[in-house]
Amino acid sequence: MLELVDLSHTYGSYRAIDRVNLKVAQGEVVCIVGPSGCGKSTLLRSIAGLIKPTGGTVLLDGKPVDGSPENLAVVFQDYSRSLYPWMSALANVGLPLRRRGLDRKRRDAAAMAALEQVGLAGAAAKFPWEMSGGMQQRVSIARALAYQPKLLLMDEPFGSVDAQTREELEDLTLRVCAHHGMTILLITHDVDESVYVGDRVVVLSKAPGTVVGDLTVQLPGPRDQIHTRELDAFVRLRAEVGRLVRGMTPHRNGVETR
Amino acid sequence: MPKVNGASLLRGLIGTAGLLVVLEAAGRLGAWDTERLPLVSTVLLRAGELLTDPEFLVSARSSLTTWALALLVTIAIAVPAGLLLGMVKPAEVAVRPLIEFLRPIPSVALIPLVILLYSETTHMRITVAVYAALWPVLINTIYGVRDVDPLAKETLRSFGFGPGSVAYRVVLPGAAPFIATGIRLAASVAIVLVVTSELIAGGIEGIGVYITIAQSGNRLDLMIGATILVGLFGILVNALLVAGENRLFRWHRARAGAAT
Amino acid sequence: MRRATSGVLRFWIVPVTLVLWELLTRMTESPFFPPPSRIVGQFYDMWLSGPVSQLLLTDSALDTFGPSLGRLLAGWTIAGVLGIALGVALGRIRGLAEYTDPVLQFLRALPPPLLVPIFFVLFKIGTPTQLAVIVFGVIWPVLVNTTDGVRAVDKGFLETARVFQFSRYDILRRVILPSAMPKIFAGLRLSLSLALILMVVSELVGSNSGIGYSLLYAQQSYDYAGVWAHIVLLGVLGLLFNALFLVAEGRVLSWHANARRNV
Ligand SMILES: Nc1ncnc2c1ncn2[C@@H]1O[C@H](COP(=O)(O)OP(=O)(O)O)[C@@H](O)[C@H]1O
Ligand SMILES: [Mg+2]
Repeated sequence: MLELVDLSHTYGSYRAIDRVNLKVAQGEVVCIVGPSGCGKSTLLRSIAGLIKPTGGTVLLDGKPVDGSPENLAVVFQDYSRSLYPWMSALANVGLPLRRRGLDRKRRDAAAMAALEQVGLAGAAAKFPWEMSGGMQQRVSIARALAYQPKLLLMDEPFGSVDAQTREELEDLTLRVCAHHGMTILLITHDVDESVYVGDRVVVLSKAPGTVVGDLTVQLPGPRDQIHTRELDAFVRLRAEVGRLVRGMTPHRNGVETR
Repeated sequence: MPKVNGASLLRGLIGTAGLLVVLEAAGRLGAWDTERLPLVSTVLLRAGELLTDPEFLVSARSSLTTWALALLVTIAIAVPAGLLLGMVKPAEVAVRPLIEFLRPIPSVALIPLVILLYSETTHMRITVAVYAALWPVLINTIYGVRDVDPLAKETLRSFGFGPGSVAYRVVLPGAAPFIATGIRLAASVAIVLVVTSELIAGGIEGIGVYITIAQSGNRLDLMIGATILVGLFGILVNALLVAGENRLFRWHRARAGAAT
Repeated sequence: MRRATSGVLRFWIVPVTLVLWELLTRMTESPFFPPPSRIVGQFYDMWLSGPVSQLLLTDSALDTFGPSLGRLLAGWTIAGVLGIALGVALGRIRGLAEYTDPVLQFLRALPPPLLVPIFFVLFKIGTPTQLAVIVFGVIWPVLVNTTDGVRAVDKGFLETARVFQFSRYDILRRVILPSAMPKIFAGLRLSLSLALILMVVSELVGSNSGIGYSLLYAQQSYDYAGVWAHIVLLGVLGLLFNALFLVAEGRVLSWHANARRNV
């Protein structure tokens, strides 16, 4: 459903990403991992139409993207700059639905349902500044869920919360997104997280970022923070991705590389 | 405010010229009765002529003197008072309610009273202007003193300098950028109040008086021309003071910039 | 309780000043400086000895305050609406600010009181003139602050709005304006105190009603306590408006104060 063809972007004379090619199928959860500053955010912002890439194309359902595409939601890392502090959680989640032509009652009901899914039914009336970072990021996720996008982009969504919350949010994302059948592109610099969350892990090189690895994650059973991370397959994959991120040549020790 | 550079200056010029041309054309095409409200060109011409008109210049000089004296008196009162209140916290706490009661009183409301008190119109005008111009200097000075690095004060004190010395060597220079801002605001406020008191209380000289006289002759061209000159004078004074601040207090801006 | 008493104690200087002032003025017996008790008495007689049905205000108070406050509030409201609208335009429409900057700087530098006689010649004495002066004089803080506030909207807020495809109206109404609101309110507050000043000016220079006119009348009848009472009245009105405004601001901007405290 999403296809990047030779996507490149230069800021002035600084090349941030260089001919990135990528195909994402409907319903896939793809993690993009790469070192800090390799252009991950640039990539995501190009897809979201927040910047106009200087080269290449972004195709959504076969159509080139121009401006911000419909049916696309983003969860930003910096929730404090993405949730509006002058609105309650409910209003924040419901606001994008105005575009969907729903009346107030329907909007509130949909927003409430989304907040319930992220476990914040009781905090609907709270304002962002009354919530912890983890709660705020849940609201961001709820906002994306209520919007029911076909494609959900997440830019280091769990980068600003503590480790425990992070694990909770990872599981929450996997659970609710499986439920909605959404396609997800999640960006992270955390190798461990990319393998845990993704059906596929795409590795970007150091700047200028370009795809250096694309691995399918095949792990048995539903994922679990403790058990999954103990699996041999998980450990091997993680090592593999780790090497790619550090720019080493990959060992082909049984890991399937596309 | 937009940053000033070549391109923005040019755009500003285009915008200004465009507006003047449109107004002039509208006037000439009969958008209003130019017998009553003169053309832009007439007004601008008159403003230029006023600069060499002896009658106006006498008034302008009078207003200018009043303004300068008012500003001096303001500084002489407000800076020491601000230093004192800024350095002696209990004094500031005690006086704060008085300041808060006095500040909202519109200075112009004092004019009818002050007229009765002074036989000399200049004194009356100065009093009115000072009452209004006092506050920005006072408040900024207090604020500036607060902002002075306590460590620097402590250092001097530990070397046995008395409070007067500390005030002069550390507090005054440290607070100077804030005081300068206060004085710049006061300068603008004082211009307005000098001409306002001339307008309300009358007298023999002063731009406000000049405008009143022009009014009695229905000379809108002269009234608007004089008003334009006062406005330009305000811009000039402000620009000069800003330039002075930038020169004198580069260190302060560097520090403020580093802090953010 | 403790805080309340310390709050009251903070104001000890006010009664002390009043007592000293009373003593001094009684000793000097200058006609220009009547004792505060006389001023308060005059204040009461003129304006506060009315029937309960009028909140104790006398007919004279209603006749005097009504036109003044009406003009003040009307002028301030018009200036607020215009200032916000123009400020949004200047802040959001690229280039507009650059083209208009010199003209706006110039207009802002004109002392509004000087416009009173000009408007008088154009429109004659009356409410339109006074409104025009107030609007012209107090629009600038709102305009400048709105422009600044609207420009300073966090990029993250706008990007979120773009991603979720907010309509232009929603971006303005639900993102840009609320985000700029703290600055806009600061401007509105400054404008309100300026509006009081310009109301007095416009009534002093030429008017046949309102507080300024009444003040002039007291002066011309050598009623010194009356003159002082008017000055006190204007100070009280200034304080009152400011306090009311702060209450309103606290309600509308509670998110702002709290959001800052929690960061
Ligand atoms: N607006 C911009 N202007 C100039 N350079 C930028 C801009 N945004 C990002 N960059 C640079 O591009 C590179 C990639 O940035 P980014 O995409 O944010 O990386 P990542 O998200 O992978 O950490 C960085 O070196 C960054 O400094
Ligand atoms: Mg990034």
